[in-house]
Amino acid sequence: MEKVFFIIIASLSVAAALSVVAQRNTLYSAFSLIGLFGCLAVAYITLQAHLIAAIQVIVYAGAIMVLFVFVIMLLNIREEELRVDRNRLLIFSVPLGGLLFGLIYFGLKNFKIDEIKGAPVGTSEAIGQGLFSKYLLPFEVTSILILLAIVGSVVLARREKDGDIEDIEDDEQVVKVSMAEKSKVEETKE
Amino acid sequence: MLTTDILIEWLVKIGVVFFILMTAIAYVVLLERRLLGFIQMRLGPNRVGPFGLLQPLADGLKFLFKEDIVPLEADKALYVLAPMIALVPALMTISVIPFGDKIVILGREIALHITSVNVGLLVVFALTSLGVYGIALAGWSSNSKYSLMGGLRSSAQLISYELALSLSVVGVIIFSGSLDLVEVVKQQNSFWLGFIPKWNIFTQPIGFLIFLIAAIAETNRVPFDLPEAETELVAGFHTEYSSMKFAMFFIAEYANMVTASSMATLLFLGGWYGPFVDKFPLLGPIYFSLKILFFLFLYIWLRGTLPRFRYDQLMRFGWKFLIPVALANVVLVAGLALLIY
Amino acid sequence: MSELAKYNEVAEEFATEELVLNMGPQHPSTHGVLRVVLKLDGEIVTDLDCDIGYLHRGVEKICEHRTYAMIAPYFDRTDYVAAVSNGLCYVETVEKAMGIEVPPRAQYLRVALTELSRISSHLLWLGTHAMDVGAMTIFLWAFREREEILKIFENFFGARLTCHAFRIGGMSYDAYEGFEQEVKQFCDRFPTRLAEMEQMLNSNRIWLSRTVGVGIISAEDAIDLGLTGACLRGSGIEWDIRKAHPYECYSELEFDIPYGENGDTYDRYLVRMEEMRQARRIVIQTIDKLPTGAVTAARVPKVLKPPAGDYYHSNESPKGELGIYLVSDGSTQPVRLRIRPPCFVNLQALKKMCVGRLYADVVAVIGTLDIVLGEVDR
Repeated sequence: MEKVFFIIIASLSVAAALSVVAQRNTLYSAFSLIGLFGCLAVAYITLQAHLIAAIQVIVYAGAIMVLFVFVIMLLNIREEELRVDRNRLLIFSVPLGGLLFGLIYFGLKNFKIDEIKGAPVGTSEAIGQGLFSKYLLPFEVTSILILLAIVGSVVLARREKDGDIEDIEDDEQVVKVSMAEKSKVEETKE
Repeated sequence: MLTTDILIEWLVKIGVVFFILMTAIAYVVLLERRLLGFIQMRLGPNRVGPFGLLQPLADGLKFLFKEDIVPLEADKALYVLAPMIALVPALMTISVIPFGDKIVILGREIALHITSVNVGLLVVFALTSLGVYGIALAGWSSNSKYSLMGGLRSSAQLISYELALSLSVVGVIIFSGSLDLVEVVKQQNSFWLGFIPKWNIFTQPIGFLIFLIAAIAETNRVPFDLPEAETELVAGFHTEYSSMKFAMFFIAEYANMVTASSMATLLFLGGWYGPFVDKFPLLGPIYFSLKILFFLFLYIWLRGTLPRFRYDQLMRFGWKFLIPVALANVVLVAGLALLIY
Repeated sequence: MSELAKYNEVAEEFATEELVLNMGPQHPSTHGVLRVVLKLDGEIVTDLDCDIGYLHRGVEKICEHRTYAMIAPYFDRTDYVAAVSNGLCYVETVEKAMGIEVPPRAQYLRVALTELSRISSHLLWLGTHAMDVGAMTIFLWAFREREEILKIFENFFGARLTCHAFRIGGMSYDAYEGFEQEVKQFCDRFPTRLAEMEQMLNSNRIWLSRTVGVGIISAEDAIDLGLTGACLRGSGIEWDIRKAHPYECYSELEFDIPYGENGDTYDRYLVRMEEMRQARRIVIQTIDKLPTGAVTAARVPKVLKPPAGDYYHSNESPKGELGIYLVSDGSTQPVRLRIRPPCFVNLQALKKMCVGRLYADVVAVIGTLDIVLGEVDR
């Protein structure tokens, strides 16, 4: 039963992942990616890691991809502009892809799925314990990093404009910054 | 292990809850129209059936038989997909919402929720955060400027108010120590001085108000109904939609209202608890529905009373007022929790 | 490379396009068939252009081919939400040209009906303006009150929209039996109903934030653009033709001219609300003082031939100064008849009020200008 379920989810994820790179329309690619995140979330659930599944959807599908879709929609890139010489790309992509597959193969050669199946790695308790004891320093450093990113984006987005619309402009910048902040909030919440 | 009787129980539960939800949505629409009529000194729909009770049926039929229009220049695949993306997460959230304690039917003990996830609260947030795609896509794929502006407004709004919404819930999580909705409700079961229920609304009223405001904004309702601001954007993101596709957005909006109301009930108003629930667990769903009804009434009441915010005011209110207050509330509640426990 | 040049280069690379939005002619809040071509930068209006004429019927040209008596009904169809006061302006113009004195009873009845129509026009404005800003309930409440006036009109004129009973030289018939009582009943009820609506809006913070400081027009600009009516008085200029050049029996009646300070949407809202109260005051006075006697002047010729010459007459319609410029050659038809529609002139302020503001403000400003496209396009 579980195996059948896994095969369905796995094949769906692979299909979605292929669709991400194969689609001509960037918006379709983005949606394939959201689909992929959804499949991964389901895979996490089968591993009893409900928290990770929920976070996966909230942060990646619900927040980061919204930004992606936003940008794609606003830029409105036409398909012709995206056409590139596929043969030339092939020269790089095939060896690189092969290398990646090799690495994954050697990395997972001795891995047994049963080892993590029963272990409570994905519960909120396990993650909380890990974050606030073993990984406390990296966790805090990451949050400072994100803070830097927020400050940086504010500096970059800041434009000098005169007139009474300045106030409104400010608000729009806040929206742009919000995404970075948001993912941080999601992280710190646990 | 998955046995046949468990499977049947699940299917029956899903079917019953789905049926109740859809009926509830249909009648919330009727309730809104009648109540608005009452507020506005008119009758509202009262012709179809007694007191207009069959009106939802007539509306549904009308939606079915309307012409289904797809604009010529629209991105057809996404145009068709958008209402589905809006509707599915909206209906899925009900699956993790508990509406009562365990009851015994035909000798079987049945828990009154479709499924219990130990991170139920997060699942609700995850699903509602997906709803934004439906609206953004609808706005983009219609290839209409009004739709696009509606889609953009709505995305910006949902992202902004989601923050305040999640922050306002942190206080509840601190109190209950669990993300499981059943646990959150059970923590509110006891009493102070024997008669004041230990509902979270009494310990964290600020959090409750923030949650309420943010939830209204999340469901795109007055006074935060900018994405479909009729007098500005014609109909916003669903300007070009007709027939059942429009109905799907419509159902999604009301399903979101029901979800938001039930979340407010679960988190702040003690869920299904009320007098005598311990003795008669069947009273639980009734109390739960009554509490939901209170919030739905609030939604409609607001719609009858308030004008609409302007885009910049909405953003300013969200970012410069709600979120700071919500952050302060988290600190406050954390201090309170230290005092109590 | 200097910092500025670098910045400019980056800015050019990420240059954005403006969105051109056709608002109307079919749009829920352009109050008819106004088409506004907006240039939007995000939500901010950078440029704006009004495209009018979708309701043009050539009223002025038609008038050149009708006798003076036949022209009158056309004026009910210019500003169709205040047909009474528009019709009044025309008959007054011809009366002025021919030197006809209207009997006092007719004058008082005319003023009573005109002021009622001012209330009904303002109620329609209030309803649609509030609706534009999102307050749905006010819309229906305002229409409920308007309905009361329309009932009186229906009894009086036999029509609810194109009310027409004014003739050159008086009225075509006297008031129906019970007219005074019905009007008084309405006047008794009206203040509480108006207060109810004000209660919903005046203390509402969202309403205030949507109207205060929105669509500001200074007194100088208002005069330069030729604004009249509440749009001018909202900017703090006390100008009302009923006081400045009294016509009919206005000089015998007591009323105040409300005026604002800041020239924003909220001030214009307050001005119009107070105008409704003042109009009610006038109506009560006319009903109390209503003289007896004939309603038609004794010596009105069967064939109307104003002496050759140019005539201009204007009155204070609910929207502002409605003027009629009449050129007569002494025949039975005017050589030229030009209407100065207050809505058309007031609409010119839209650009000044909206550029640099948000898109939602355009809707609020169109509402506050109180335009009727039938009059803008004629």
